Amino acid sequence: MSEQQRVSLMVCAGTGCVSAGSLKIKEAIEDELKKRSLEKEIGIVLTGCNGLCAGGPVIAVYPDEIFYQKLRPEDIPHLVEEHFVKGRPVQKLMYKMPAKRKAIPVMSEIPFFKHQVLRALRNKGLIDPEKIEEYIARDGYMAAAKALTEMTPGEIIKVVKDSGIRGRGGAGFPTGLKWEFCAKVQSGTKFMLCNGDEGDPGAFMDRSIMEADPHAVIEGMIIGARAIGANMGYIYVRAEYPLAVKRLQMAIDAATEAGLLGKNILDSGFDFNLEIYLGAGAFVCGEETALMRSIEGKRGMPRPRPPFPAHKGLWEKPSVLNNVETLANISPIILHGAEWYRNLGTEKSPGTKVFALTGAVNNVGLVEVPMGIPLRTIINDIGGGIKGRGRKFKAVQMGGPSGGCIPESLIDIPVTYEDVVKTGAIMGSGGMVVMDNNNCMVGMAKFFLEFTAEESCGKCPPCRVGTKIMLDILTDISEGRGKEGDIETLEDLSHDIIATSLCGLGQTAPNPVLTTIRYFRDEYESHIKDRWCKAGICRELCSFHIIEELCKGCGACLRGCPSKAIVGEKKKPHRIIQDLCVRCRSCYDTCKFNSIKVLPAGFEGEPSELVETAAAAKSGKGAAE
Amino acid sequence: MPRLTIDDLKKIKEQHKATFAVREGGYRAKVTVHMGTCGIAAGARTIMTALMDEMAKADVKDVIVTTSGCAGLCSREPMATVEIAGGPPVKYVELNEKKIKEIFDEHILKGNVVEKYAMVVGSETTY
Repeated sequence: MSEQQRVSLMVCAGTGCVSAGSLKIKEAIEDELKKRSLEKEIGIVLTGCNGLCAGGPVIAVYPDEIFYQKLRPEDIPHLVEEHFVKGRPVQKLMYKMPAKRKAIPVMSEIPFFKHQVLRALRNKGLIDPEKIEEYIARDGYMAAAKALTEMTPGEIIKVVKDSGIRGRGGAGFPTGLKWEFCAKVQSGTKFMLCNGDEGDPGAFMDRSIMEADPHAVIEGMIIGARAIGANMGYIYVRAEYPLAVKRLQMAIDAATEAGLLGKNILDSGFDFNLEIYLGAGAFVCGEETALMRSIEGKRGMPRPRPPFPAHKGLWEKPSVLNNVETLANISPIILHGAEWYRNLGTEKSPGTKVFALTGAVNNVGLVEVPMGIPLRTIINDIGGGIKGRGRKFKAVQMGGPSGGCIPESLIDIPVTYEDVVKTGAIMGSGGMVVMDNNNCMVGMAKFFLEFTAEESCGKCPPCRVGTKIMLDILTDISEGRGKEGDIETLEDLSHDIIATSLCGLGQTAPNPVLTTIRYFRDEYESHIKDRWCKAGICRELCSFHIIEELCKGCGACLRGCPSKAIVGEKKKPHRIIQDLCVRCRSCYDTCKFNSIKVLPAGFEGEPSELVETAAAAKSGKGAAE
Repeated sequence: MPRLTIDDLKKIKEQHKATFAVREGGYRAKVTVHMGTCGIAAGARTIMTALMDEMAKADVKDVIVTTSGCAGLCSREPMATVEIAGGPPVKYVELNEKKIKEIFDEHILKGNVVEKYAMVVGSETTY
């Protein structure tokens, strides 16, 4: 390379940042650099998801390692002038600690990045995913070269087995073992498949890997194909992931042109062809047997196992299906060995795991952490704690609709397959939805059950009918028609559905209900018996009241009320007219003095009756707890 | 792109070394051109351009160039600070194109401090 660049500007072009306008930021920077004739010295790279989606659009500046967030096109002239011409990084555009409001310039000091160890995401934000050269420059395809020319299939399988890596799609089955089963089957035709049908609400780990580092997935598949003896592969991706599909296709084309896919790869004599298959977005198609039926062009429905796909998979041929994140881990394992992989994580859960952190935390985004890290570190340090003044952590939903919630009392558990399962949740593919004291757990369970009831493929009646009945009961509870015995019925139905469903969808669908009952039974009871949703979410089960002693008469709630249900004079306590109130929560969210309380539906007391509540609120124990 | 061999993979990696030294760290030397208002007025831009040209000519892959603000000695601009990994920073003052080229050859490439242009070795005390 003759032209050297002194600065690399890594502009995040993951889906999150693109929708926040990162491409406009890129154009603005280009214009500004041209104006100052800096375009040759300063390189701009569009990367995949950087991870800190909450701050989008974000850019990272190397070598200074400076991280800018929430950029607007109008910030750019000043930024270029100050930082790239004069060398003065612009404080006001940097990441700030939520509590301290102090700018932290260097990426390695930002807690969000500091606690992460990147393996599956090793190239995130560091390479241009659309350029195969940049992937190769970071040791790309060297693992494939090693596996294809220096190792036998048996040796590849041994390294992967010894590394202890477990399937990152959710079930946690040992990847090496899966490969071994398939390798042992004699067959002229086998298939290597990649599961990119990420369907959990709030999960975007796989999408981010496919967008940020598509070659890592392809290389993992080449190595896996060699290990099991497959010459054909498919990547099954949801059609709702257009950017991932585009980048994967570009990567497949580039790899094919470079002879890294196709015939006689790297002169090893091994052939492997790869195609993308677009899924239509049915949740059940993430289940392996349903996914294979879908590729065959049939209706995506699971079938009983055995026979397992290792014996009879796609088109009844031996097949291996691995998750995107699992495959992205394969190359470093081959290059650095099983021991290296095991130096992070625990005995039974080695390595790292990628999580999509969403919900009530400050730093929503994509994180990769060593297994065994306390849940608390993920939420408080990486996630930056709970967003919003006065709000408190309540629970975290792990594993999406198949998982369960973990309450505050268990927040110190290490995040491993074994420990998470003990709580009733599952590791799942890595969705992590954080909830605060303004979330209703009945509502949460209902939300996930709505999803699974809708997505049930209908093959097994317990799942098809059972989830619907459970959903009806939950709807009744949240709308004030709950009755004695409902909780027990939910529990019974849950156990039946788990025991009698064919695939993972039905076997896990009741988990959100079971775990919320296990940890928040009192909330269900207060919904049913007291007609009181203490979080103030279920509209039929709450009423909002202003406590005179705490109200400063600022008028903020009055101005925001859409149904004009609040009356009062300036600097005098206000009052909510219950008949007019639509329970939209806007006053509750607006009040700066914590003077609005959530009480049972139809509560018709005088303010004087609330004095006790008020006193409790002053001492820090609100009625809403 | 033609079909690649394993040697080609290694070559591509080598070719991109400079780019990734910038992004990943792990560089051998760092040059800071002081580009505050005073530095720019005194001609820091020419120094930067000359330095980038020299880097390209010599095809070095382990040196990074950055900018920083005023170093506090406006009367002696243009200035640049050269740090070889593990060594103390050296501040050069009153630079011109010829001087920075000499510093590049002697100090950055060969590791010998060019004493005649150097003002000070080490950095100021900070807390």
